[in-house]
Order: sequence, then C-alpha cells, then structure tokens
Amino acid sequence: MRSRGTILRALVVVTTITIMLLTARAWAVDPTELPDPRLQARYLALTHELRCMQCQNETLADSPVDLAADLRREVRDLLLQGKSDDQVRAWMVARYGDFILFRPRFSPRTAWLWLAPGVALLLGAGVCWRIVRGRSALVDADSEPVDG
Amino acid sequence: MNRFAVPMAVFAALVVVLAIGIRHSPQKGIIISPLIGKPAPLFSLPSLNDPAHAVASGDLKGRWYLLNVWGTWCVGCRAEHQMLLEARDAHALPLIGLDWKDDDARARQWLAQFGNPYEAIALDHSGRTAVDFGVYGAPETFLINAQGIVVYKYVGPLTRDVWTQEILPRLPGHAGGSS
Repeated sequence: MRSRGTILRALVVVTTITIMLLTARAWAVDPTELPDPRLQARYLALTHELRCMQCQNETLADSPVDLAADLRREVRDLLLQGKSDDQVRAWMVARYGDFILFRPRFSPRTAWLWLAPGVALLLGAGVCWRIVRGRSALVDADSEPVDG
Repeated sequence: MNRFAVPMAVFAALVVVLAIGIRHSPQKGIIISPLIGKPAPLFSLPSLNDPAHAVASGDLKGRWYLLNVWGTWCVGCRAEHQMLLEARDAHALPLIGLDWKDDDARARQWLAQFGNPYEAIALDHSGRTAVDFGVYGAPETFLINAQGIVVYKYVGPLTRDVWTQEILPRLPGHAGGSS
C-alpha cells in the first residue's frame, strides 16, 4: 500500500512539473524575431526589464495583453531605428514615468531605494559585531580564572 | 530598557517610512503621468464621422479640450458615458474622443445607441497615439490647455466629482470651482 502511494505521489509530482513546463512554453507570448541576433538579445533584455503597465507585475516580455504587444512593437521599432538601450528606456519613461522601469534609475527621488539595502546591511553588520564582541568578552572573562 | 531601545528605534523608523509611502500614493495603482505640464503628444488621425478630414492636435491648438480615451470593448467607458454627455451639455469645453484599438462599425453603433458626447473622434487603430499619451487602461481623460499643454489627467471612469472638483476649477474663468 505504502509503495503504491509513493509511486502515485511521484506520478502526480512528475505530471504537475510536466504541465508547468509545457504551459511555461505556452506563456512565451512574444514571437518577435529581429534580423540581427545582437539586436534580438538587446530586445529580449529590454522587454524583460520594462513593466507591462496594464498588469503591473509582469514584464513586457511575459505579458499577453494588447498593450504589452504595442509596447514591444515600439521597443522593436526603436531598436531597428538604431536607438541605444538608454534611449529606448528614456522613450518609455517620457510616456509612462519611472514606474515602467523594473530597475529604477538612480535619482534624488530613488536614492533611498538604492541606498537603503546597503545601510541596512551596515546596520546589521554593526549589530552582529557588537553581539560577537560582547560574547567573546564573556568567554575571555570565563577562561581567565582557569588559566590563572 | 537598553535591550528594547534599538528594536523600538528601528520599528519607529519603519513606521515613518511606510507612512510616507502611503501618503505619497494618493490613489492606489494610479501612476502619475510624466506628461503633466508638458506639451501633449502630436497626433493626426482619421476621424470616425468625417473620413475626409483628420483629427489633428495642431487644429485643436488655441482651445482648451478634454481628450477622452475610450473603446467599445471598455466596460469603464460605458460607466462614464452619462457623465460625458453631461459634460458636453455643460458647454464648458469640447470633448475629443480617442477611440483606442476599436472597430469603427461598433463605435458608430455605440454612439448611436448611447449618444455622442464628442465634437470629434480620432481613430487610433494602431494604438500608437495612446502609447504616446502614456495610456495604460481606458477610460483615461486628459485636460489640455490652449497652448497644447497637458494640465491634468484622470484614469478611470469620469465622475461628477472629478468634473466639478478637478476639471472645471482648472479652466480659465471657472476659478470658483462650481459649475
């Protein structure tokens, strides 16, 4: 009984993963192919870092909605016109604001966003250091009478 | 006492940060348009009612107007339609429709059925003008002044409150705010 249950469970897991992998392929919504493989690579990088404004937690590359397709078309056309990645990003920001960038630019408004993790890390390191130092001081204090 | 001082200070700092975050998002999910205070994007699109002429931003210069982005596929547009008709009847400023990625025949049928609040309707079949305006979900409404500058943008079905409290007070000669 038990082994049958195990086999059944394994079967369910395998089936689930297979379905997930298959549907993941179905979700690759963007059939765009640019003539130059280097352009294609830049196109993929850009569409993966720009937000679909309609379904706001998806990238342009992942979103099946109409607006995402329109914005992908703009990215493609701008790249074909010879625009740089920064120019494409600026073009999007001029229309949709900083929010369209999944990786926000460093500006006075976003400074805290970029700096906060570093500050938090330093604070955490400081706390750790104090605790460790406090403990090692205790160890020293304990070991003193034994040595002496 | 000292044991709790640091966690309490961290907690207080977190509360301040989150409070600022909440206060700076006036409407959940609404993105402030970078176009406010900037010239409206230029467009020249076919007209729904007058195939011989284009609806062009250049021809609208010198007048204040409302650009209303809509489509027959858009549920919120049906919700705001009555308000648009009232706005038309208030004769405060012309309404220009931007029919976004829509079917012309359906658009005509919609206007025949529910009434036409627009002075002119530009057909944006490709969706490129909507992208230039930073549209991400119809209905959206832009208030554009006589110099062609975007003064105000509203996302979502237009309501009487928005009309009387946000749009009318911004018009020249409507300083009071009541219609």
